[in-house]
Amino acid sequence: MSDIMKLTAVELGSKIAAGEISSVEATKASLDAIGNKDKKIHAFVTVDTEGAIKRAEEMDKLIAAAKAEGKTLSPLAGVPIAIKDNMNVSGMLTTCSSKILGNFVPTFTSTAVQNMIDAGVVIVGKTNMDEFAMGSTTETSYFGPTYNPYDLTRVPGGSSGGSAASVAADEVPMALGSDTGGSIRQPASFCGVTGIKPTYGRVSRYGLIAYGSSLDQIGPIAKDTRDCAAMLSVLASHDPKDSTSYEKSADNFMDALIPDVKGMKIGIPRDYFGEGLDEDVKTSVLAAAETLKSLGAEVEEFDLGMVEYAIPAYYIIACAEASSNLERFDGVKYGYRTAEFTDLHNMYKKTRSEGFGAEVKRRIMLGSFVLSSGYYDAYYVKALRVKNLIKQAFDKAFEKYDVILGPVAPTTALKCGESLSDPIKMYLGDIYTVSVNLAGLPGISTPCGYDKNGMPVGLQLLGQVFEEKKILRAAYAFESTFTRKSAEI
Amino acid sequence: MSKEFEVVIGLEVHVELNTKTKIFCGCSTAFGGAPNTHTCPVCTGMPGSLPVLNKEVLHKAIAVGLATNCNITRNSKFDRKNYFYPDNPQNYQISQLYYPICRDGKVEIEVNGEKKFVRIHEIHMEEDAGKLVHDEWNENSYVDFNRSGVPLIEIVSEPDMRSADEVIAYLSKLRETIQYLGASDCKLNEGSMRADVNLSLREKGSEEFGTRTETKNLNSFTAIRHSIENEIARQSDLILAGEKVVQETRRWDDVKGYSYPMRSKEDAQDYRYFPDPDLVPIIVTDEMIDSIKAEEPEFRAEKKIRYKEEYDLPDYDIDQITAEKKMADILDEGVKLGGDPKKISNWLMGETMRLMKETSTDATDLKFSADNLVKLIKLNESKEINNAVAKEVFEKAVFSDNLDPEKYVADNGLSTKADAGELEAVVKKAIDANPKAVEDYKAGKKKAVGAIVGFVMKEMKGKCDPGTVNQMISSILD
Amino acid sequence: MTITDETIEYVGILAKLELNDEEKEAAKKDMSEMLDYVNKLNELDVSGVEPMSHSFPITNVMREDEVTNGDDSENMLKNAPEKTENGYVVPKTFA
Ligand SMILES: [Mg+2]
Ligand SMILES: [Zn+2]
Repeated sequence: MSDIMKLTAVELGSKIAAGEISSVEATKASLDAIGNKDKKIHAFVTVDTEGAIKRAEEMDKLIAAAKAEGKTLSPLAGVPIAIKDNMNVSGMLTTCSSKILGNFVPTFTSTAVQNMIDAGVVIVGKTNMDEFAMGSTTETSYFGPTYNPYDLTRVPGGSSGGSAASVAADEVPMALGSDTGGSIRQPASFCGVTGIKPTYGRVSRYGLIAYGSSLDQIGPIAKDTRDCAAMLSVLASHDPKDSTSYEKSADNFMDALIPDVKGMKIGIPRDYFGEGLDEDVKTSVLAAAETLKSLGAEVEEFDLGMVEYAIPAYYIIACAEASSNLERFDGVKYGYRTAEFTDLHNMYKKTRSEGFGAEVKRRIMLGSFVLSSGYYDAYYVKALRVKNLIKQAFDKAFEKYDVILGPVAPTTALKCGESLSDPIKMYLGDIYTVSVNLAGLPGISTPCGYDKNGMPVGLQLLGQVFEEKKILRAAYAFESTFTRKSAEI
Repeated sequence: MSKEFEVVIGLEVHVELNTKTKIFCGCSTAFGGAPNTHTCPVCTGMPGSLPVLNKEVLHKAIAVGLATNCNITRNSKFDRKNYFYPDNPQNYQISQLYYPICRDGKVEIEVNGEKKFVRIHEIHMEEDAGKLVHDEWNENSYVDFNRSGVPLIEIVSEPDMRSADEVIAYLSKLRETIQYLGASDCKLNEGSMRADVNLSLREKGSEEFGTRTETKNLNSFTAIRHSIENEIARQSDLILAGEKVVQETRRWDDVKGYSYPMRSKEDAQDYRYFPDPDLVPIIVTDEMIDSIKAEEPEFRAEKKIRYKEEYDLPDYDIDQITAEKKMADILDEGVKLGGDPKKISNWLMGETMRLMKETSTDATDLKFSADNLVKLIKLNESKEINNAVAKEVFEKAVFSDNLDPEKYVADNGLSTKADAGELEAVVKKAIDANPKAVEDYKAGKKKAVGAIVGFVMKEMKGKCDPGTVNQMISSILD
Repeated sequence: MTITDETIEYVGILAKLELNDEEKEAAKKDMSEMLDYVNKLNELDVSGVEPMSHSFPITNVMREDEVTNGDDSENMLKNAPEKTENGYVVPKTFA
């Protein structure tokens, strides 16, 4: 059984298609692994044992029927998957790891998840996250933290920490995450797996419970680049229900998996390697650059600019949008409502004060303040202008380079409890990831080494909008030279 | 101390557009559904739902803007207006603040023969709120989201009006224009048109504005006039007493005839507007504007000229009929169907107006089609039914859907030609039963025939044409 | 930037959050520090730079005016903390 869980999603899918393993066997192996390991890492908020097995049985029938007719299904048909708990799945508890949505069962499925279902995947459960995706450690979850499979005293990163940890722990071969300021790439880096934040507009946001609407993107988390490419090929679609969905989103990203980067121009921002960057991280990332160079890429350093302004601009914009997006949680239509209240406004205040955790409240307060009368221009509008400058800096860089290479985070996974006490320090950990969301770019995080403690180091590759194929190709080429260590758990 | 005040009024007018679906989702805008049956994840603010703009809303908003001489904003956006209230499911309303779809328009009004322009500051698109139902018997209210997300345009005027008469003239002009465009039925009593009155006073001759109040919940022209008079009195009393007018929103209670402040300290009125990231910018092209212009209907002024030239109707009748687009439509369509403009106009000016007045019906509630009116006129003209029956049938038709007069006359046996044999027998019976009248008639008193005709009409219960009966009697007696 | 009790109170009214004394002190400190930090943006000269609300070139996304939704009220109301057949129940909004 455990061998099944060592397979990548595409490997497992091909064995299922070939009839070597059934979807039920794969699903049970996944459920068993969750049963064995999740006590330790707590990657899941909800595990749907019954529903998953029933679905796997149906998939086995469909796969057999397709085989008899000589039809090919998606390479992921029958493969188990975990879904971050901020994506609606009809009839399945969807909490955003918050008390305020602790009992919320959506009546519709998000488009991204539906695309995966249409491709034949089996949903085994919903993964833990920072409450409403606000955090970089998965410690702000109302249901308690997730732990890093490589070291249970460390955080898995966040906010998609449950998804990244579940893949790293071989509980599932693949998972969906969402990335608003690094929430796929950073936990992928901390957990030694691969994750993609697609171009804004590539994957529908319909059914994703919004944090920062102009920044949020759903993306794949898996063991390697090929799995991510296979998942992205399913996820990417034009969705008429999402006004910000790109018309020509659909594509086959498997085409990009060429282990060759000859002639590819790769730029390394000098400003990504300054103060605050951990030595081990720096060494691994620069070694990866050397590898790509040896594979034929033209690699050079350059000054990107604006790097230090990305975090302040990001936190103003993300918190402002969040303060508005989270207004709907008021105890009227769904979710938690306080037990006792004197009138309407008292009901609102008590419900929200009791229902939201400290970090969420902190961001709602900040967001409400920067939008309030007298401060809007000084903070919010200024942040939007800076966003424009950041976008311009990237546009300029991409005139010269196909791919930008750098670290994902300044450090590897921190010890639990280390960063929560000092919010600004925690926010600074997002320095290499947030600008990508502001500019709407695609980015991939893939393992490139291990630090002195054996904790994984991630390599980040960024592309111009809708150039996912370039970063996939570079990541795939690098990966072909790199041996990933699994977490011993 | 005698001060003379000038009243300064600006209006915010909300108009519900009559699209089939809501502004951001595919839910029906139809009235009358059970609570919450016209709802979906989008218009109930479910987590994860996203808005997508209804094309018709944009087109209708632009059409209203063009008809009110506005500049159309070529790069327009939606913003979120954040405030907590249970009828507002997301606790923000999607509206437009920074780049409204139309700006800088004007409409001409006429009061007591004097013409002036009222300038329009802007027109923006937004979503309507749901409905709160209050239970008298307990401590709860109920939210019904059927109206949540119904498209609105908000037309914001400059403070250009100086009297209640001007306000009503302006609203009538807007209503007429929007009704002619077919963008809304603009009913104040049903809330498809809602006017909030911003009013302040200043000393005559002063250039500066006084502190204004905003009065909401005005459901008729009468209420608007009454509330304006009331607010002028309230503000001038305050000023004369040396007190300050507080800038606030007030709610008009039409039954009690006064207004009171609406907000509590929990309403900061700081809406934290910012561009809605879920919706994309709207670029209005020349082609869009040209095609909307090409679809512009014939407006009232043009219609008036044509009715004079083509139909040669009296000026008063033309004014009355064109005041209601619905009536003008019936006239135009009836003529197209072969009806005589003067006869149709007579029915509109006579029976229609009378019945509307008697039942306080709005013209937009008229149910009969031009087709049926033309049929009715033909039935009457050909003596198939007499005038009294025609009026009776019409009274039924005005207030019910699709009543076909031909069918109705046949079904209810109202035709004068229902049974020629029966009529002949009754005429004979009438002659036998009225020997005195027959005698008088034969003696040259032609008028005496009336008694016989009356007998026949009574026996036939009106299902005959008096002219025909008269002829039949004459042909027997002469 | 120093955040006063009044500001916290005011933002609490806007955001419908009621903080206890301890949370209030923490919020004052956090918000002050955060605002000082984001004031870093003042180092930049952004005059003449357009505020960029949307970072991508998608415009004019619209749907046809066609009814696509049926009655889903039962499902919609399923999650309501308090409801009747009349709809969602809220504390009286109007005396
Ligand atoms: Mg408004
Ligand atoms: Zn709807």
